[in-house]
Amino acid sequence: MVEPVLSVIDLSKRFGALAASDHVNLDLMQGEIHALIGPNGAGKSTLINQITGAIRHDSGSIRFEGQEIGNLSVAERARLGLARTFQVSSLAPEFTVLQNVVLAVQAASGHVFRFFRPVLTDAWLVEPALGYLEQTGLKERSGVRTADLSHGEKRQLEIAVALALKPKAFLLDEPMAGMGPEGSKQLTGFLDGLRTEAPILLVEHDMDAVFSLADRISVLVYGRVIATGSVEEIRANEEVRRAYLGEEAA
Amino acid sequence: MNREALASLVLAAGLLVVPLIALGLDDPFIVTLATKVAILALAGAGLNLALGFGGLVSFGHAAFFGLGGYAASILASHALNYEPVFVWPFEISGTTSMPVIWLVAMVAGAIAAAAIGALSLRTGGVYFIMITLAFAQMIYYFAISWPAYGGEDGLSIYVRDSFPGLNTLDPLQFFLICYVVLMVALAFCFVLTRSRFGLALQAARQNATRLAAVGIEPFGIRLMAFAISGAITALAGALYADLNRFVSPAMLNWHTSGEIMVFVILGGVGRIFGPVAGAALYIVLEHNLGGLTEYWQLPLGLLLLAVVLYARGGILGLVSRQVRHG
Amino acid sequence: MTGALIAEQVLNGLQLGVMLFLMASGLTLVFGVMGLINLAHGSLYMVGAFACAAVAKATGSFWLGLAASLIGAAAAGALVEIAVIRRLYDRDHLDQVLATFALILVFSEATRWYFGSQPLYLSVPPLLAGPVMLPGGIEYPLYRLALIVAGLVVAAGLFVLIAKTRLGIRIRAGESDREMIAALGVDIAGLYTIVFALGAALAGLAGALVGTIQSVQVGMGEPVLILAFVVIVIGGIGSIKGALVGALLVGLTDTLGRFLLPIAFSSFMDASSATSVGSALASMAIYVLMAGVLVFRPSGLFGQAT
Repeated sequence: MVEPVLSVIDLSKRFGALAASDHVNLDLMQGEIHALIGPNGAGKSTLINQITGAIRHDSGSIRFEGQEIGNLSVAERARLGLARTFQVSSLAPEFTVLQNVVLAVQAASGHVFRFFRPVLTDAWLVEPALGYLEQTGLKERSGVRTADLSHGEKRQLEIAVALALKPKAFLLDEPMAGMGPEGSKQLTGFLDGLRTEAPILLVEHDMDAVFSLADRISVLVYGRVIATGSVEEIRANEEVRRAYLGEEAA
Repeated sequence: MNREALASLVLAAGLLVVPLIALGLDDPFIVTLATKVAILALAGAGLNLALGFGGLVSFGHAAFFGLGGYAASILASHALNYEPVFVWPFEISGTTSMPVIWLVAMVAGAIAAAAIGALSLRTGGVYFIMITLAFAQMIYYFAISWPAYGGEDGLSIYVRDSFPGLNTLDPLQFFLICYVVLMVALAFCFVLTRSRFGLALQAARQNATRLAAVGIEPFGIRLMAFAISGAITALAGALYADLNRFVSPAMLNWHTSGEIMVFVILGGVGRIFGPVAGAALYIVLEHNLGGLTEYWQLPLGLLLLAVVLYARGGILGLVSRQVRHG
Repeated sequence: MTGALIAEQVLNGLQLGVMLFLMASGLTLVFGVMGLINLAHGSLYMVGAFACAAVAKATGSFWLGLAASLIGAAAAGALVEIAVIRRLYDRDHLDQVLATFALILVFSEATRWYFGSQPLYLSVPPLLAGPVMLPGGIEYPLYRLALIVAGLVVAAGLFVLIAKTRLGIRIRAGESDREMIAALGVDIAGLYTIVFALGAALAGLAGALVGTIQSVQVGMGEPVLILAFVVIVIGGIGSIKGALVGALLVGLTDTLGRFLLPIAFSSFMDASSATSVGSALASMAIYVLMAGVLVFRPSGLFGQAT
């Protein structure tokens, strides 16, 4: 049996009376896109935040490449190769596009406490950064202040930063959020090719994208995974249909 | 060349030329004022690294300024009475050599900043401001109640400390020492903010969540920046003690922390030459308003209020007419 | 060292503690509701003390002076809030620190210009003059005892105000959700002015009460302000309960440290160096306490974890 890259085992988290994660089990296999869907407030972002370490879980465990990572900090987990994007773009707004990616490249290189050599003349950092920007279609915008980017461009930059970390798994939190149909379509094509670099745990509301990309889908409702399976299995699942129809009826 | 670079060049040249002209006009007091500007700008440059580039609003930099001052005075006083400062675990004897004193002051400042930073960086925002203020005040009260080095009365340096090959008692030569130290420190800050470390530090200010998400601990970056910042401000303190040939707990007082912060803000936060512009304006105001009224801090307060409310970005912000870059 | 002596020091510690609570509660309220760090809170303490001293001197009545301290500090607080402070709510902490530092300069210099640099002295009202005999044979100044009682009464009043009254409900709502109270049609600008003036009145009261046993002079507010910061860091920013616990802890630690440390050192040192070493270390005791709290609870005893 092949060991999953990332496995979430019996993970629970409560905020007062609210069970944000209720004995969640989830895994991510090499080469796959595993989509996590569910109605608003189901606890998808909370789950991502527990995997990255931004929120500490109450019980259960998180294993990454065979290692327990539940006690590690956000930065330590990132260094092991977990790269995330944020639902609401979270970049350094005063940096240029290039500086944001260079930051990620230098972080991945592991040498941060260097005080003298200017980063922007360091080809070891700038060349790869420009490569990631080219890959995500932002190369022409590399000198622009990040705060001045359009919404869609910020989403692309989030992906470029994640790529620059050369991760062993991607955690993408609603990468399509707020993008137009054209942008979503382009990004779908891009993510389709990305799974060969590293597997992707994809939280997404855009069902067209999910159904065309996902190898497997897990459905989260009120903090519980009610179903995991292939696209066909999830489409046919009665409980899933009820959960979604119930959501729409309410 | 952009406007900020041009303004920086003018400041660097002006600070050098003014005392030379003043000496030609036989007005040595201006040389002393220029020396004061250079030293206070250096203290501000230290704070600017933490505050301007790292976003760490320290209201406790008087602690490092004062520690630098006490390091200078204590070493000098022990050199005078030939008693070692302490003999255990290793012997440190007094000295009047500036380079040695500077080194001791910077190490003391860095250690104090690392200790205060390790505690205060566990939290952020408004806690950080209050905690740095409180620990600086702790050192202030300690200096007042510890009688060995003058307590409340302070400690005099009877002979100005020496620098190999120079006559430090000559006002111009002492000014040049301070000026060169300032320029070296500013060049260091310039290089630092463009390095890998500087990029991470500025990312920590703008978005610490992002920094952690790429795998860099914001805590370590901030702690290092705070220690370097403390060392630079302590170096300024050592020079200030030498300028006045006197050190007292007033250097450690919260009011000094406020003043160092004012230099940085008046000049322009996060701009390399900001503290030079701020310290120069402060000294000019103190000198001129202070000549008109003994209540000169009243108009200073109103001016500062106006800058905060209406002229964000300080002098260099106005000059360069642009939002601060990353 | 007798039990009576220790009891007296404990009472002194309580007295310092309740006065610190009056300062810290205003600071923490203003931070909790408006998100503002106000360095000029010490200036309002000074305003209260000067208002009390000036009116008491003019009228001969300490009680009129005390009323003047409340009214004067509240009025000064409201005025400053309307003129300056309300422009700072949306600013970052750095701007708030600088602007309120500038206000300290303005308040201090204006006071020095009007009243001069010489300290003023307030005398204890005849009603509260002299010592009182407590159970257990402890003789203690009546005025200081009155300070403890007054501080505890004000603290109780503040808890009732926040827990039971309509104003308190709005304050608590403002702490948790600003948009919510705006949506409920509460006049936020007015509420903020009232909260600020309330905090100012508490600071002014403390200034007048403490000014009577110390002296009334420019700069008297800042040492107390910094102690109040230590209190808030220990108690947790925004928590009134934390401010009370923190204030009593700081008051007792400081007073007992100054009393006990020199005695402790004299057991193995000669008397004069024990006094100097002991008192130097005692001056650091509350900061060591703060550091200890920070190690174990970075957001303070009653603060919300960030």
